[in-house]
Amino acid sequence: MIDLHGYGPRLAEGALITIELAVLSLILAVILGLLTASAKMSRSWLLHRLGTLYTTIIRGVPDLVLMMLLFFGGQIGINMFTDWLYARFDIDIFINVNEFVAGVVTIGLIFGAYMGETFRGAFLAVDSGQIEAGRAYGMSHWLVFRRIRFPQMMRHALPGLSNNWMVLLKTTALVSVIGLSDMVRVAAEASKATREPFTFMIIVAAIYLLIASVSEWGFARMQKRYDIGYGEAD
Amino acid sequence: MEALMNWLETQLADNSIFTLQTLSYYGDGLVTTVQLVALSLIIGLVMAIPLAIGRGSKRAWIRLPIFFYCYVFRGTPLLVQLYLIYYGVVFVEGIQETWLWVILEKPFVPALIAFTLNTGAYTTEIFRGAIKATPRGEIEAARAYGMSRGLMLRRIVLPSAFRRALPAYGNEVIFMLHASAIASVVTIMDLTGAARFVYARFYAPFDAFLFVAAIYLCLTFSIIYFFRHLEKRLLAHLKPASG
Amino acid sequence: MADTPIPLEVQNIKKRFGDTEVLKGLSLQAHKGDVITLIGASGSGKSTFLRCMNLLEQPNEGELFVHGEQIRFKETRHGREPADWKQVVNMRARLSMVFQSFNLWAHMTLLENVIEAPIHVLGKPKQAAIEHARALLERVGLAERADYYPAQLSGGQQQRGAIARALAMDPEVMLFDEPTSALDPELVGDVLKVMRDLAEEGRTMIVVTHEMAFARDVSTQVIYLHQGQVEEAGPPAEVLGNPKSERLKQFLAPKH
Repeated sequence: MIDLHGYGPRLAEGALITIELAVLSLILAVILGLLTASAKMSRSWLLHRLGTLYTTIIRGVPDLVLMMLLFFGGQIGINMFTDWLYARFDIDIFINVNEFVAGVVTIGLIFGAYMGETFRGAFLAVDSGQIEAGRAYGMSHWLVFRRIRFPQMMRHALPGLSNNWMVLLKTTALVSVIGLSDMVRVAAEASKATREPFTFMIIVAAIYLLIASVSEWGFARMQKRYDIGYGEAD
Repeated sequence: MEALMNWLETQLADNSIFTLQTLSYYGDGLVTTVQLVALSLIIGLVMAIPLAIGRGSKRAWIRLPIFFYCYVFRGTPLLVQLYLIYYGVVFVEGIQETWLWVILEKPFVPALIAFTLNTGAYTTEIFRGAIKATPRGEIEAARAYGMSRGLMLRRIVLPSAFRRALPAYGNEVIFMLHASAIASVVTIMDLTGAARFVYARFYAPFDAFLFVAAIYLCLTFSIIYFFRHLEKRLLAHLKPASG
Repeated sequence: MADTPIPLEVQNIKKRFGDTEVLKGLSLQAHKGDVITLIGASGSGKSTFLRCMNLLEQPNEGELFVHGEQIRFKETRHGREPADWKQVVNMRARLSMVFQSFNLWAHMTLLENVIEAPIHVLGKPKQAAIEHARALLERVGLAERADYYPAQLSGGQQQRGAIARALAMDPEVMLFDEPTSALDPELVGDVLKVMRDLAEEGRTMIVVTHEMAFARDVSTQVIYLHQGQVEEAGPPAEVLGNPKSERLKQFLAPKH
């Protein structure tokens, strides 16, 4: 067996944090992505501009810089807000920005922009005749979205979604820099302490590859489900 | 020059953070970032061309190691690769006594190696896809006109693949610029390193990070603009003539 | 090299894809100045036969001779392969092919397409290649389009450009693989006219086509293929004017 110098349990905890962080950020990113896609496709000039501004800024700045801005800046911003509340209304609360929440919010915010592009492309790929057909049968707006648009859109969105998820998974490693004990941070500490970087970093790399391979398999199965009815033609 | 400096000084006079001193940190950081990114991209690109060709080889002993390299370096975070190489080099027994230490002592070289291997893997896959997408008919025509494999690769397949790869490669350049921010984690004073330093010194996260974010945005836009221009010139042949 | 008057001869070509035999022993002799048309329903093997002539497809059996020089084959684990690829490359440079889908190289202008193989395969000096190419483009009516990219040209223009590219090799035999099948009807005429001119000046041509008028007026020999075998062959007046087999009669009958 490989000697982990007692770092085994912490490494396992770190892996769990990585997975939790990735899944929660993904959920946030999907929600933000759907909102952004709707904003960008909306007829409102303001919403359209806001959506474009959001995606442009997020995609123009490194993840790490955004993360530090939100983590370090977020705390100060919140402190300023609570100070103001205290001075103005005599309300005394203290909110601490925790690394995990900062991580989820930042990664969710970053990938929301990428998801927005994915979903927009996918919505546009759905034949408008399909939606007209739904309306013609008296379906409501929401019903058309839920029963016709969304399932057909998912077929086009899945490849992009899967791609974004793989990048997101790797981006979670950055939270180790702002102090969250994910598996990369544990492995970095263990490497320094034991002077055996290869043991720990290769284990971590292998866990990433494992998660990636399992999710790739999962996405392939999902794609099969959404491809129903398109089998041979494509 | 003198006048410019004086002007800058007066502009910055009532500003406690963005002094000439801190601006010079950002300036040095910009140089380091550009050096690191440009060098790793160039070496990675040169590496990727033969690897992309080998990646499609019929011989398993050529194809599989390249596949494995791409799989590992694309499937794991760059930060893990950086740690592996940085600590891996630092902790080699006795390395601090050898002449190599003069070069390796600075984290620049391990970071450059990690970045190069990373972008090399992504670029290999980009080229691989572009080579595979060469229209079959164009290859047949090359064969029918008596071109040997080497000539066909050099004259037909690669030139057309490079053009096809351009948009994806532009994204890779931007990706690499953004990814290079993690160099600051191993104490390199790149752009992000400078921002972290300014933040730590003045405890002013908004000023420090928003300023650096703006610089990255400008760099990103310049890259986008450059590649758009290049695409317009090199991909003209794929657009039907108007009218 | 024995310089026989037969630029291209193939003997007993057989080709299998998996278990199905698509060519069942086909032979052909192209003398200098011959225009041989291969006709037949789709799936009859006529295109595969043509592609075996410059070894874009590897025949499982059969021999090829270019000006009497025999192409050597060897048996490998993957089947029969040419023994000497240099010989094949050499041979291909003497037979040039015009494809159904043109296959012009998309990243090169028309002129660059035409000079590419003469310079890099035949080793012709660049200046001479350009002069020759301009003359050929003039001939096919595309002198003004020399600096256009293929995507900027119509199908008919692309195909005439592809013919200029083929001519630039000074080929001994030209192989045409359904050159007008991918074209809109109104563009077919220009391409056929160029081909008629080539036949008149005495070029040796082997043409797979569905254009019966072209086969009747231009060719010296017509070969009708059915399921990988020669059903009828001979001068056009005989094969097209007086078909013997029921199948050929049906094939030639006006549709509907």
